[in-house]
Amino acid sequence: MEEPIVQYKNIRKSFGDVEVLKGINLDIMPGEKVALIGPSGSGKTTIIRLLMTLEQPTGGIIEVNGENLWLMQNKKNELVEADDKHLRKIRGDIGMVFQHFNLFPHMTILENCMLAPTIVKKKDKADVKKTALEMLDKVGLSDKVDLYPSQLSGGQKQRVAMARALMMRPKVMLFDEVTSALDPELVGEVLEVIRDLAKAGDMAMILVTHEMDFALDIADRVLFLNEGTIEEEGHPTEILVNPKSERLKDFLTRFTNSR
Amino acid sequence: MAITEITLMLMRGIKVTLIVLVLSIILSSLIALIAGLSRVYHNKLLTGFTGFYVEIFRGTSLIVQLFWFSYALPGLFNIHLGSDIWVAVLAISLNYGAYMSEIVRGAILSVPQGQTEASIALNLTRFQRMRHIIVPQAIRMMLPEYGNYLIQILKATSLVSLIGLTDLLYYGNIYRSTHLTEAPTVYMIILLLYFLLALPLIGFTRKMEKVAKKGVVHG
Ligand SMILES: Nc1ncnc2c1ncn2[C@@H]1O[C@H](COP(=O)(O)OP(=O)(O)OP(=O)(O)O)[C@@H](O)[C@H]1O
Ligand SMILES: [Mg+2]
Repeated sequence: MEEPIVQYKNIRKSFGDVEVLKGINLDIMPGEKVALIGPSGSGKTTIIRLLMTLEQPTGGIIEVNGENLWLMQNKKNELVEADDKHLRKIRGDIGMVFQHFNLFPHMTILENCMLAPTIVKKKDKADVKKTALEMLDKVGLSDKVDLYPSQLSGGQKQRVAMARALMMRPKVMLFDEVTSALDPELVGEVLEVIRDLAKAGDMAMILVTHEMDFALDIADRVLFLNEGTIEEEGHPTEILVNPKSERLKDFLTRFTNSR
Repeated sequence: MAITEITLMLMRGIKVTLIVLVLSIILSSLIALIAGLSRVYHNKLLTGFTGFYVEIFRGTSLIVQLFWFSYALPGLFNIHLGSDIWVAVLAISLNYGAYMSEIVRGAILSVPQGQTEASIALNLTRFQRMRHIIVPQAIRMMLPEYGNYLIQILKATSLVSLIGLTDLLYYGNIYRSTHLTEAPTVYMIILLLYFLLALPLIGFTRKMEKVAKKGVVHG
């Protein structure tokens, strides 16, 4: 039996007095594509930010490759809060693409892609450059490598952001509504890149998305999140075409109507 | 010819003005960078100490500080800071370093949170995040204001004659005291010379405003 690459065990997260995640249990298998849908404020972004170590859970355990993310054993074999070194070790397997791209504006496209492999993985610069150029070619930007982010369209920026994240060869890639800040005519080119990545196979993906057709197409599993709990989950057609719970039905009709 | 004579006399003082200006710019920039970084660093002692320094030096006037370094410190604690030039440079640098550390701090804090998050996602260390992502963007943002402070430092150097340095203004005053009727000409030339010294700094500021506009667009 294959082991899950990521496990959420009864994960809770509060901001102040407000509990936004109320006990999330979730296993992600290596290479699995999971789509996360749900109404605004239901906690979708928070779920993936916890895995990226951008937020710390207030309860429960997250494991990556069977290793506890937020807790570690110290020299006396006691469980203590993870230090930066521990977090960085585990974080190496995770990558993330953000809604608002977050490219580094003071660096060219090529430099954006080369920075982390060069200074974090300390790889040879010439090798990194070669890989970066290949990667940028894959996302269709080989003629833009020396431009700055401000000179690109939103869709192009997001493709750079994906190339940049892929340069670190993560085993799990997180996508937080990566098309929702884009003009409608630019959504397609970004989804196309994600689709290619998904078909290519071995990288697990968690996609927070409002693109239902897209989720139906590429996801192995869809999770419907509502008010901090996973309300329903299953195969895309099961969830999107034959929803069971009233709330999911409601969400899907409202969603279709609002388009 | 009076004008040539005056100008020649003033030229003797320009050297001191320039030395104090250049050294103060270098030292105050270093102080500003270190103090600015300390104030955003998560360490209560460091943050507290630099906060204290900044408030003390912003809260009192530069003239008083010059006199302190020059007369009070040696008298009270037997601390001698060496030549008068260094006293002047130190006082000006600590004073302007305090002000400029605020723009460093402000610029660092105004780099969007998304930049930090993206660099965490790419697994950069804390130091690498500062060094490669935050500080370069902060510097671009603060350059125009930084240029303005450089012009102010130039103006502040005219105070050093008060602690006995023989700068531009000092020689002007000397000349005036022996040629009272030529006072308007003397101060006209002084004004002009200070303005000429300020020109490159003004040019720098203008240029940096353009750089800043280009370099930090939300990406
Ligand atoms: N840093 C924070 N401080 C306080 N509250 C927060 C913070 N981040 C998120 N929240 C709250 O947590 C809840 C869940 O937020 P989250 O961003 O995970 O929702 P979401 O499902 O991604 O919504 P959306 O579809 O609008 O992006 C929201 O009510 C939000 O206001
Ligand atoms: Mg969200």
